[in-house]
Amino acid sequence: MKHIISVLVENKFGSLNRVAAMFSARGFNLESISIGETEDTEISRMTIVTRGEDQIINQVLKQLNRLVDTIKVTDLTRQPHVERELLLMTLKLSKTVQHEIFELITVFKGKVVDIKQKSITIEVIGSPDKINTTIDIFRPYGIKELARSGAVAIHRGE
Amino acid sequence: MHSSGQTLNGSEIFFECLRRENVEYIFGYPGGSLLKVYETLHEVKDIHHILVRHEQGATHMAEGYARATGKPGVVLVTSGPGATNTVTGIANAYMDSSPIVVFTGQVPSSLIGNDAFQEADIVGITRPITKHNFLVKDVRELAITIRKAFFLATTGRPGPVLVDMPKDILNSSCVFDFPETVDIRGFKPTFKCHINQVEKAAQKIVRAKRPLLYIGGGVISAEASEELRTLAIQQNIPVTMTLQGLGAFPGNHPLSMGMLGMHGTYWANQAVNKCDLLIAVGARFDDRVTGKVDTFAPQAYKIHNDIDPTNVDKNIKVDLPIVGDAKNFLTTLLEVMPENKENREPWLAEINAWREQCPLTYGSEDNALRTEFVIDEVSRQTRGNAVVVTDVGQHQMWTSQFYTFINPRSIITSGGLGTMGFGLPAAIGAAFGIKDRPVVLFCGDGGFMMNVQELVTAVHNKMPVKIFLINNSFLGMVRQWQELFHKEKYSFTDLGDSNPDFVKVAEAFGCKALMADSPNAAKEAIEEALAWNDGPILVDFRVVKKDMVFPMVPAGGSISDMLLARLNPKTMV
Repeated sequence: MKHIISVLVENKFGSLNRVAAMFSARGFNLESISIGETEDTEISRMTIVTRGEDQIINQVLKQLNRLVDTIKVTDLTRQPHVERELLLMTLKLSKTVQHEIFELITVFKGKVVDIKQKSITIEVIGSPDKINTTIDIFRPYGIKELARSGAVAIHRGE
Repeated sequence: MHSSGQTLNGSEIFFECLRRENVEYIFGYPGGSLLKVYETLHEVKDIHHILVRHEQGATHMAEGYARATGKPGVVLVTSGPGATNTVTGIANAYMDSSPIVVFTGQVPSSLIGNDAFQEADIVGITRPITKHNFLVKDVRELAITIRKAFFLATTGRPGPVLVDMPKDILNSSCVFDFPETVDIRGFKPTFKCHINQVEKAAQKIVRAKRPLLYIGGGVISAEASEELRTLAIQQNIPVTMTLQGLGAFPGNHPLSMGMLGMHGTYWANQAVNKCDLLIAVGARFDDRVTGKVDTFAPQAYKIHNDIDPTNVDKNIKVDLPIVGDAKNFLTTLLEVMPENKENREPWLAEINAWREQCPLTYGSEDNALRTEFVIDEVSRQTRGNAVVVTDVGQHQMWTSQFYTFINPRSIITSGGLGTMGFGLPAAIGAAFGIKDRPVVLFCGDGGFMMNVQELVTAVHNKMPVKIFLINNSFLGMVRQWQELFHKEKYSFTDLGDSNPDFVKVAEAFGCKALMADSPNAAKEAIEEALAWNDGPILVDFRVVKKDMVFPMVPAGGSISDMLLARLNPKTMV
């Protein structure tokens, strides 16, 4: 099953590498990993999406905790949380389909960030599932390039 | 000795910190990035620098010293190749949880990343084989980093820590301030076991009819042998140990069952198979111990105490996990233990029957010299009181079977990584730490050549290491597997035509050397070697070529199905 894990790490060079290297050395699945500073500039938050049976996920959590640079490890999967991913995508643009594309952008609450004669770049924010669906729906129109941020997640407030 | 508040350069700070960490020995090799350190070292009289002949040797010496004394071993090497040569030794210390601190020189900060001369990203290279590592980026960070390195290496589950020190950091100065305490927010090992869990364990123990203690190296690093002894004797529970756990419980005690696992004793493995309660302390259910995991201790309720939570439920699902220090676990357990009401005599009788059925024996009918005889004889002559270091292979397994370990910190061996070449430098390192007991090395002719250069270090420092070279002219363990499982194709394991004359090799290094090729000659040579204290001595034991280690669990097999071939050729139990 899919798990979303939030890890607070020391904001030092090498922290990301330690986590990523641990995943590859131990053969754990790593679907996405994203990292950025938190409200405390000495601490970064890493959001990791992984898959595995409970026994494996337990090992993942323990191995993460064991790294000296990790401060706190939380499996958000079964807790109330908000999860978002950013998609940037450039599509082929032609007169015949442009209306459909604009309608779909509205449906997915996307934004146009750039537009040229033959292409349009849009951004969509949502859960990784929504991003998957967005990509599937737009694929027939011709995706020239896309970039996903990987999921970021946080506990829901009290 | 300088005091805090003085302005010192990085090299001076380095030695000031080592002094405050009570470092006696540094195992090192100089080089370009460390010139300033070696300049300062020239005036340092209270910390002894031991010049090795290869940086790998330095890491194994540091580990041998650490394992023999319980104190952290210290390595100092230069950047680039000096640093990369330590990789095997660091990986070895990581797998066997030995506290060593490795200091590497690094090219000047401004050149890092430029493919400078003798540059290697040693922090990147050693990330997966160290407990933690550091690149010092500011001389003001040097003292706290060294403090953290020693703290991390020795706290919780011990392990290697590396500190990379760029040349300019060692040259620049700052006000020296040695932090007395250290706090790392991401590193808070659980020492104290959860009391409810320990009480539950005690209840299980007093009710068990067929309990078994499965003891690993964690009991030795936690200095918990006394507590283990009390528990086992008080509760009348038999004890089996892993390779690293040997000596945690006296091997000559009737409750001792020797080692379990692939080359463990038949009775220990049968006991694992039949026990109703398995109490694992400071052990990690390694594949050489468990064999096929599905059939490991199938009837047992499993209690597992370990300081490292990642060891729990990693290979084997346990019923009662207890994270914490082994000494804390055993002490608390003894405090809360109700009186034992179970009669364990039928269980001990069952175990003794297995022991009598398939004891550890070896052939002696033909007057040929066998490794088992040599080890047995050394065990007798030293009365189990030596610090025994081994290399890797058949002789290592025979050591576990035929040397009777009485005390903790008596076996120093490469278990997890299985590093050939570990033995000689590790024995030298152990000899620096231990002066009042003989240090004995059993080493194969293959592994001996892998770090033979360190014979210089032993001779130069007059280290009284007894080098018992088990010379069968083969890579014996590989040969054994070739014979048993690979159609007797002895591909590249016969060293007979290419081995040097080891007596001449030793003599060329200035080391006294003897040769023995019969049981009688061996007995005399061992006596002579144990009496020799003027530096190292090597005995070249010309043992039979095609001996095999039995009993044996074939890889991936159940530990209840042991090959007992030579003990009882027609039986496969």
